[in-house]
Amino acid sequence: MHDTQLVMYDEDFRRILAVSQRLVQDANAKGVFIVDRNGQLIGEAGELRGIDTTSLASLTAGCIAATGGLAKIVGEDEFPVHFHQGQRDNLHMTLVAGRIILVVIFDDRSSLGLVRLRVKKAGAELAKIFEEIQKKTEQENAAGTGTPFSEITDEDIDNLFSI
Amino acid sequence: MSFINYSSREINCKIVYYGPGLCGKTTNLQFIYNKTNPDLKGKMISLATETERTLFFDFLPLALGQIRGFKTRFHLYTVPGQVFYDASRKLILKGVDGVVFVADSQIERMEANLESLENLKLNLAEQGYELASTPCVMQYNKRDLPNAAPLDEIRSLLNAAQMPEFEACATTGEGVFETLKSVARLVLRDLKQMNR
Repeated sequence: MHDTQLVMYDEDFRRILAVSQRLVQDANAKGVFIVDRNGQLIGEAGELRGIDTTSLASLTAGCIAATGGLAKIVGEDEFPVHFHQGQRDNLHMTLVAGRIILVVIFDDRSSLGLVRLRVKKAGAELAKIFEEIQKKTEQENAAGTGTPFSEITDEDIDNLFSI
Repeated sequence: MSFINYSSREINCKIVYYGPGLCGKTTNLQFIYNKTNPDLKGKMISLATETERTLFFDFLPLALGQIRGFKTRFHLYTVPGQVFYDASRKLILKGVDGVVFVADSQIERMEANLESLENLKLNLAEQGYELASTPCVMQYNKRDLPNAAPLDEIRSLLNAAQMPEFEACATTGEGVFETLKSVARLVLRDLKQMNR
């Protein structure tokens, strides 16, 4: 049941981080978060470190999932771009390559137009990276290359619960 | 869908608590949240109505410790149990690694249990999953109530698949951690086999 499992190596992670950091600068954003569609946080950049990113990731995924459901009801595939306007901060969410959510938080030092423009470019770069990750995972699965988890023993698992 | 991050040496798995309305899914999570060391848990999120019925989901991130140098994190979700929230349940099941089916032991809730279990099978099938090949445990909750059905009866009705099963009383916490540990074990074993 793990046909869409995500395995990320250091090199991929650095590339994703580089795109996120560049997007923070280019869009004058407060923070950028890369979230898996299932609610796992993949990477973050910007000055918002320290906020509850686990909850942010889970709620972002919930929001995208709910509007995705709405889209289908009205005959759309997705609503890939979401914008929430606040009094101080704004939230821009984009669905990239159908599986990654690119979240940008910005205030009045930036503008919606600028964010949309920069997100478009960063989104395309991220789509490419995730496509490569997906291919790599598929190749590894086909070749039967194991992760460290192929070697874990029942004892390792039991030890997790011994506390 | 588990997420293995070699860079931060983390593995994240998603566990969903499923079951009919008012069976005690949220109570399970609340007990886990209240009894877990603050260093090991994140904030619990409940998207609920004013009357505290789950509207979309509850969410609780939990760190279990390290396995072969990887931090093992579990994201626990509940679904809204009420029948008419089926669209939300489908969304929450996406990418699930393990399921806890919380059954309400009260005799008058047997039909609701059955309906919810069938609904789980259907929603898993829509994603191409089968209950039999999904890490799944059965929890018989509310065993303390006087109108609880005999265990044999519930078992024959709901657990033909012979999933690992636990008697529980989520309000006092009996059986709650046993259930969680069991499903976490199954998820990790599944991950191990998958990578063979």
